Amino acid sequence: MKLELKEKRKYVWELEKHGDMNVLGRVYGEEETVKHLHKDVEMGKDWNALKQIYNVACLPGIQRASLAMPDVHPGYGFPIGGVGAFNMKEGVISVGGVGFDVGCNVANIIIPVKKSDIISKQKELAEALFRDIPAGLGEKGEIGLQPGELDEVLVKGVDFVLKKGYGLKSDKEYYEKKGVLEGADPANVSDIAKRREKKQLGTLGSGNHYLEVQYVDEVFDEETAKVYGVDKDSIIVSMHCGSRALGHQIGTDYLKVLDGAAKKYDIPIRERELVCAPIESQEGKDYVSAIYAGMNYSYANKEILLHLTRKTIGRIFGLSEEDMKLLYCISHNSVMKEKHNGEELMVHRKGATRAFGPGHEDLPIKYQKVGQPVLVGGTMGTSSYILKGTQVAMDETFGSACHGAGRAMSRKQAVQNWRADDIVRELAAKGIIVKGHGRKGIAEESPGAYKDVNQVVDVMDKSGISTKVVKVKPLISVKG
Amino acid sequence: MYDYFEHQADVGIIGIGNTLEEAFVEGAKAMFQVMCEIKEVEAKEEVKIEVDASDQETLFVEWLNALLAQKDIKDMLFSDFDVKIEGNTLKGVARGETMDLDKHEVKTEVKAATYSQLKIVKDKDYKVQCVVDV
Repeated sequence: MKLELKEKRKYVWELEKHGDMNVLGRVYGEEETVKHLHKDVEMGKDWNALKQIYNVACLPGIQRASLAMPDVHPGYGFPIGGVGAFNMKEGVISVGGVGFDVGCNVANIIIPVKKSDIISKQKELAEALFRDIPAGLGEKGEIGLQPGELDEVLVKGVDFVLKKGYGLKSDKEYYEKKGVLEGADPANVSDIAKRREKKQLGTLGSGNHYLEVQYVDEVFDEETAKVYGVDKDSIIVSMHCGSRALGHQIGTDYLKVLDGAAKKYDIPIRERELVCAPIESQEGKDYVSAIYAGMNYSYANKEILLHLTRKTIGRIFGLSEEDMKLLYCISHNSVMKEKHNGEELMVHRKGATRAFGPGHEDLPIKYQKVGQPVLVGGTMGTSSYILKGTQVAMDETFGSACHGAGRAMSRKQAVQNWRADDIVRELAAKGIIVKGHGRKGIAEESPGAYKDVNQVVDVMDKSGISTKVVKVKPLISVKG
Repeated sequence: MYDYFEHQADVGIIGIGNTLEEAFVEGAKAMFQVMCEIKEVEAKEEVKIEVDASDQETLFVEWLNALLAQKDIKDMLFSDFDVKIEGNTLKGVARGETMDLDKHEVKTEVKAATYSQLKIVKDKDYKVQCVVDV
């Protein structure tokens, strides 16, 4: 049978269960996205997202559907934008469902100043953030760890940072899982991973990681915006970063471990990055405890970066750290144990964010009534969004939504098409200051190389998975 | 000689050489060129690398990932490599210098070498390729 998606309802497409699939496949997207997925199959590309959706659907213990969000594109084993939930008994855990940047996340803080205040000090602020926030390849963090402390970071996440006297206690409530996953075991993180870490705690990284100062351009849902604490022209700092080399090495190490496990437990592997182990096997348990350690590192990294950002902004605008509240921090490369319809499941989200609807016990009390903020990052020249999780997401996607715009063009093509200087100039004309650690990096992350974030978000909104609360636009963008 | 191939989100690298060893060396150069301008990296210090794998394709990924680990552990950039392959075991040397943000124009960090589109093609010469996650 052909790999062909059929329209189920507007913006929702399904791949009928066939062949070795244990469940059907489902894609949320525009017709254009689906055409693109079909085209890759027709062209015989050996690496395509629809095949990956099929492959994930074939894994043991998968529940309901192999899902893809509207920012879908080919990934490693799972597609980017892929979501797969597995039961504990027969289910598996896969490296491909998390990726190499374990626990990569986005956090937004709200800055209580006027848009005009930012504009009047825009250049000064951009330069200060660029100077004070360690970013780019080779940059070191300021927080030196004592011997043995790294293990503590891996176990305690945000709590470690708070104990050291950085960050804000009130932030904790606004991290998914309160900034610490229980069950992390540093003994299952390799020595190489720990040695690679080397002073990277409190650094942004490179590639598509960023820090942006944004303003709310449009409010779609007044009531929820009020609950989230934002309004038209509110100022937000949004930060996208992950677990740095430590997380990359966890991914690399466990590819090998799970490769062996897949053979040992006789699980057919259709793509090498999709190697997996039964959740309840020793290899599976070790991997989960290592991933949780990586995610805890990523939360800790974020809390330190928030501290540095607040210090810089506070100095310039005369604010205290407490004045700048954390709206939310949410991962998009994760696997977590969650309860859905009364059953415990391991939910993989590769380039997809958690998007819990109203009333979920894991949400902060403040967001209980409206649902979780879903932070969707755009590209440096365009818009980003804050959506809210819904009951539809709980019913259809294990409470998951898209995470960003998704690349539409290779980095190579982007560098051929755009020059960094032109991009910086064009964005400056639109009132956006871009600061980058590498000129090539700016060209690679050119807004034109990404899908239109507005379209991606509209699919989420119109399909009811996560609805629009506010749209934000950048004033300052610091690229890693 | 090295080259790159198109990839929607990340970077495809190709190492080309008269021997498999040469192709592995060129593949390593291709990967470091993603991160920095390798001509600016002087071969001042060397690091020994030894890896093995179940087959030679996997060995290429192991080699690249071992180099990435050493880059972070030693805080170095590498530009010059030697490789000896016997069966599925590789003994290699990477030469370079301590990363210096004033001297080296750093570009995009490579997170990991992956199995995606991993292959070794032997024609007139050897080509070895894979996708690196950035």
